[in-house]
Amino acid sequence: MFRLCHIVRGLFIAALALMWTARPSAAQTPAAAAPSAQQTQAAADLRAELDRLRSEFETVRDSYGARLAALEAKLAALNQPAGPPPPEAAPVAQAPAAGTQVQVPSGAAGAGGPEGQLPVYGNVSALSKIFNPDMAVIGNFIGAAGRNTVAPMPALRLNEAEMSFQAIVDPYARADFFLAASPDGLEIEEGFITFPTLPGGVLLKVGKMKAQFGKVNTMHSHVLPWVDTPLVMTNLLGSDEGLNDSGLSASKLILNPWVFLEATGEVYQGDDSLFKSHKRGNLGYVGRLRGYRDITESTNLDLGTSIAYGHNDVGPDFTTRVYGIDATLRYRPLRRAIYRRFIGRTELMWSRRGQEGGDSDAFGMYASGEYQFAQRWFAGVRYDASERAADAALKDKAGSLLLTYWPSEFSQIRAQYRRTAYAEGHTANEVLFQFLFSIGAHGAHVF
Amino acid sequence: MKRFIIGAVAALLVLTVGTSSANGALNVITATEDLASIAREVGGDKIKVESLARGYQDPHFVEAKPSFVLKLNHADVLIVIGRDLEIGWLPPLITQSRNAKIQQGADGYLDASLKAKILELPTGQITRAMGDVHPLGNPHYWLDPENGRRIAQEIRDKLSQLDGANAPTYTQREADFERRLTDAEKRWTAQMAPYKGLKVVTYHRSWPNFADAFGLDVIAYIEPKPGIPPTPQHTLDVINAMKAQNVKIIMVEPYFDLKTPNSIASQTGGKVLVMPPSVGGLPSASDYFKLFDTDIGMLIAAIKETGAK
Repeated sequence: MFRLCHIVRGLFIAALALMWTARPSAAQTPAAAAPSAQQTQAAADLRAELDRLRSEFETVRDSYGARLAALEAKLAALNQPAGPPPPEAAPVAQAPAAGTQVQVPSGAAGAGGPEGQLPVYGNVSALSKIFNPDMAVIGNFIGAAGRNTVAPMPALRLNEAEMSFQAIVDPYARADFFLAASPDGLEIEEGFITFPTLPGGVLLKVGKMKAQFGKVNTMHSHVLPWVDTPLVMTNLLGSDEGLNDSGLSASKLILNPWVFLEATGEVYQGDDSLFKSHKRGNLGYVGRLRGYRDITESTNLDLGTSIAYGHNDVGPDFTTRVYGIDATLRYRPLRRAIYRRFIGRTELMWSRRGQEGGDSDAFGMYASGEYQFAQRWFAGVRYDASERAADAALKDKAGSLLLTYWPSEFSQIRAQYRRTAYAEGHTANEVLFQFLFSIGAHGAHVF
Repeated sequence: MKRFIIGAVAALLVLTVGTSSANGALNVITATEDLASIAREVGGDKIKVESLARGYQDPHFVEAKPSFVLKLNHADVLIVIGRDLEIGWLPPLITQSRNAKIQQGADGYLDASLKAKILELPTGQITRAMGDVHPLGNPHYWLDPENGRRIAQEIRDKLSQLDGANAPTYTQREADFERRLTDAEKRWTAQMAPYKGLKVVTYHRSWPNFADAFGLDVIAYIEPKPGIPPTPQHTLDVINAMKAQNVKIIMVEPYFDLKTPNSIASQTGGKVLVMPPSVGGLPSASDYFKLFDTDIGMLIAAIKETGAK
């Protein structure tokens, strides 16, 4: 019955296509002032062909209609809970509504093929929506006021709508997709499969993902503690997107009695905002070692060091290396976890970029603190300083003050005053504000 | 570049060597201290038990610390409250644990809520306009001794399945736990019997199973909606409701701010009770039995003090 539906639908579509192709020629005829004899002949041929096809279609339809009726009768006799008779172009999902089994199409029975019930592969079931992934959309609306001639932001803009689809794939893996729709288009922000249970305790991720380089690089825009990203991201990692590429990531815990220690090695295509792959062998590599320790039940320290390596856009013989160190100190008293917390974080990065006339070494960093002073209120401060990767003589500096309000866990309103002194000599004073709002089921984030 | 790859592979191989050594007793990690206490009753010295969250911590908002990853890494069994209580912190920890035994759906993963009596199952369309609702029902179900027994049975079955050699011990210990719990429950019910229908106000919806088991009537919540902090208008409504119905008792979980409850109490002549909803919520609530002892003791003392009905 499933196959039958397909055929009926296919014929229906074919007929529609024919009618569509036929129509313009019919419309053209009166429009043409004096159709030549040749054109008239062609139109007549086409019409004849069309008539022939139509009658053929009708024959086929009649014969299938009869078979369909017979099949329905048979099904009813079998007392199977069959759906309503499929109209032409019936939706596909209807066929196996009765469960996870489908009847063998009548034509197949006795032809040496399988008989009786067939299993349905994949998710074709009326209940399939219970296997739908967790879906969420997060809107990120950003406004800016003030003057900035170097890196201006639009006054008002829905900067991004992030769509996430997350689910367990099978007993061996889970998958996470994050699509970012922005005024620049739709982009796969991340899309990867995670194998959490490989032998040897290796956690393997395959797909497009944010590289495990430092802290900010791994964060989605809606979990950043600021409206913008620190200057060091744009200056040394290429853009505020940072290192985000297609590849493989393997990480492993180094078990010891003292600290949490995790080593990560990643191989990428080598083509993102920082790296440029000139040929297939120009891969990008990222390595990271992260240590973590609880100092008390409320306070903990997170330290990491990272390295990224790949070819750059100067040419196939030029590479860029970036080294990073990051530190995060968190305080969150357990009894008042929803009212108080402090997070201090800093990242230092050194970039060595190969270019004509020798390597360019540049340094950049940021340091920031956020303090939650009420259930819904956060205050923050950030200092930024970064040289530019291509010319270390150009150094930008910035300072920011932030205030964040959470109406609930699912929305957030934030204001940021930012003063940036650009290397060009221009100083920008800006107020940025942001509305973040989330609907649906968004999975929890990694700490 | 080749050096880089070889180096990385070699490093990974070196890392593979240092894996943890196994030990005789089953290593059980639980999401909360209530589950740890019940697991301890069933498993005795045949298992090692540790809870991730502390009893004085809001179980919805636990931080997914990497130190928890290490605990989960050598767990043989992970017991969770379920009903989406841990949705905000546990799933990434399980993924990062690199432990096949405790992945969702694996043999070592036990959702303790599957046979429990669940209240406040939403009917009809639910939206976030209702606040932080739990679509799978109220997850604070352990506060009814009947559910304590059901959780214990689940844990017994799981431990027996994973450690067949000690199955008789688990069966015997679980039966003993049920007997002691049933005796204690008779005592608690008798203590609360004179106050059946007692009207109370609670901060969060943590107590429906407790109220059901011991005959309390929760007339209002200090939170206007689950997870939404108190608003002046709602606080006023609560005060008026308490005055109108002569309600004197305000039950507050140890992780909520006392400012609003105290101001309500001062205007209604009521009493704020910081009552542990979980084992470990107060030092006196050191196990599943003492949790009820503490809560019921505090309630009765407050009833006598305020003359609440």
